[in-house]
Amino acid sequence: MDYFLQNLINALQWGSFYAVISIGYSMVYGVLMLFNFAHGDIFMVGTYIGFGIATLLLALFSAFIPGWMIFILVVIITMFLASFIGVFVEVVGYRPLRGAPRASAAITGLMIGIIFETGNLIILGAQRFSFPPLIKSVSYNVGGVYFTNVKVLIIVVSLILMLALHTFIKKSKWGMAMRAMSYDFMAVPLMGVSINVIAPLTFAIGAGLASVAGILYGQAYPVLDPYMGIQLGWKAFVAAILGGRGSIMGAALAGYLLGFIEMFVPMVFPSTFRDLIAYSIILVILTFRPRGFFGMTHSTQLRL
Amino acid sequence: MIKKFFRILSVVPLAGWLLGGFTAVLIEYYLGDLISYYLYLPKVPVLFGTLIMLKEPLLIPSALAYNLIVFILPILLVGRLLAPVMNSLAAMLEKMPIWLATIIYLAAFYGILHMWAGINDYRVLVVKLTMIAIILTVSLNIINGYMGEFSCSHPGFMAVGAYASSTLTLLLFANDKMFGEALLNPALGPWLFPVVLFIGGLVAALSSLIVAIPSFRTRGDYLAIISLAFLFIVKSAIENLEIIGGPRGMSSQPNYATLPVVFIWMSLCIWIIHNFTTSVMGKALNAVRDNEAAANSMTVNTRKTKMTAFMFGAFWAGVAGGLFAHVLRYVNPSTFGLQKLAEILAMVYFGGLNSIYGSIVGAVSISVLGEALRPLQLFKWIIIPLILILVMIFRPNGLISFTELNVKEVMRPRNKERSEGGE
Repeated sequence: MDYFLQNLINALQWGSFYAVISIGYSMVYGVLMLFNFAHGDIFMVGTYIGFGIATLLLALFSAFIPGWMIFILVVIITMFLASFIGVFVEVVGYRPLRGAPRASAAITGLMIGIIFETGNLIILGAQRFSFPPLIKSVSYNVGGVYFTNVKVLIIVVSLILMLALHTFIKKSKWGMAMRAMSYDFMAVPLMGVSINVIAPLTFAIGAGLASVAGILYGQAYPVLDPYMGIQLGWKAFVAAILGGRGSIMGAALAGYLLGFIEMFVPMVFPSTFRDLIAYSIILVILTFRPRGFFGMTHSTQLRL
Repeated sequence: MIKKFFRILSVVPLAGWLLGGFTAVLIEYYLGDLISYYLYLPKVPVLFGTLIMLKEPLLIPSALAYNLIVFILPILLVGRLLAPVMNSLAAMLEKMPIWLATIIYLAAFYGILHMWAGINDYRVLVVKLTMIAIILTVSLNIINGYMGEFSCSHPGFMAVGAYASSTLTLLLFANDKMFGEALLNPALGPWLFPVVLFIGGLVAALSSLIVAIPSFRTRGDYLAIISLAFLFIVKSAIENLEIIGGPRGMSSQPNYATLPVVFIWMSLCIWIIHNFTTSVMGKALNAVRDNEAAANSMTVNTRKTKMTAFMFGAFWAGVAGGLFAHVLRYVNPSTFGLQKLAEILAMVYFGGLNSIYGSIVGAVSISVLGEALRPLQLFKWIIIPLILILVMIFRPNGLISFTELNVKEVMRPRNKERSEGGE
């Protein structure tokens, strides 16, 4: 039982990364019906931005500001800066291709991702950076289950972010515009909602979330690497689709599910079977529920 | 000026260009060392001097001069001067059955390629990998172009084909440490290699059912996800199968995939896929892409069409994988990852959807560009994506999309204007 609970906490932490990243995919997919294949690398760039801000702020203010305040500052500044990366991707890779086949936009996204990775390697070189710990790690032992405050922080921050986004989408006018856009993006621009505002906003929110996921990831696994976005990003992409088209809740849920599968598979099988079993389960789920968890029905006219 | 130049050259038929190319490779074969010596080049430039140009900018003029002397001038001069002769030859070939003429042209082209690649092993490898890339690109174009879906599983099929055929050749024709003694006489190997490749392709086609059955029930983007999941499953499964080497991979495949073998398979692949896309089923496939409901009401069995096309594409990916394994003579699961996927997708979308011609152009240009820019190291991975983004922005369907390969048109003599309409 202890072992189970231990794994549960690990799975929640690991799933949080997937959940927060996959929301970015899900939003772009929901609003624009496009795959944002650059998102994994947006996450990577966001992490590096967070790393830069964190190092800077720690060097400047660590003497007279407590760690949690620096953490909040880092999160806010990084989100702000990283959202421009999202806007950049939209403007360069997706806006010129709005009338084009959907797959072409996916290809530009993929290519922008490769440029981000290579650009990072060229600018920062091959050295590995290590994310500075913003919060002093304290271990707790409750009834034989060990966990650190960092793990709790990761889970809580992710949940807060997802709730905030959910409220934003459901309650605010911008959110309403996004939902309308995902419902019909031919008619909505005629109603005075510009797609040139909504699309960058969607990308910006996704990028902001991804960058926070990056900061949290850096707290748990400090070593940064230009290719860190690939594995995590593609898995989050799968989770986003598993959740159903444009469903924030679905994406988050699927992200956690993926985290759970990946953490619980090594309990029974050798850990090298992780991908095999995770993706086989996804394959089976999609076979029986092709729309994902909360997906709306597709129009048959959809095409790439 | 440029227009005039092209008008002068417009009378040169394909046969003329081939003869010019032949002269060029002959010159390089016999005089290449001499010319490069007088141009202060360390050795014969391997890929039209691009590698030398990027490594040592001082040698750019020499490399350009080498290209001019060895390739451009002979091809232009011989092509233009012998155009009348070649036109009558082309007219003669045109009267032959089209398959015979095509084979003659292909043989001539292969002769040029063989001589060009014969200079060193690096060229042979580049040519082989380019031809395998052509098979992959053309076969993915069936799914992503002609069928209009978005499949990500091509490296997976390639891996299945590569491992299936490697296992067979190692088991049957090679004495190695993995499977022990050869079961058949190794001398039979090269002759049974096509069968092995065919089986590899069949295994890949069968494995594609894992993707096809769940994803073709509904229209939409689920093929993209399921095929992606399939790619990861295949990779992970191979990593966990210790009997075929696990993450270490398989090595020491016999050297069966020689240049002519790869060339013949590539020609076969292009020919068969071209026939497929112009067949009734190929047209049905286009109908399914453009409007599935309409196609369905016009008696097209959409599900069967899509499944067949998908399996067909997977088959060729498996064949390409088998060739790939026997060209490199080493495979490991990490070869068939997301990087390979990005590469193949780039080739397809660069060249153009719904066009075999475009796929060939895409595969050749991306693989040659990849090799030519190698000295730039990391910057290569900035330049190629940038080019691709620009192509996507200005030609969203790719460079040459929706164009059919017309062999007759390519091979016709150029001395008289084509008669408009009808015979």
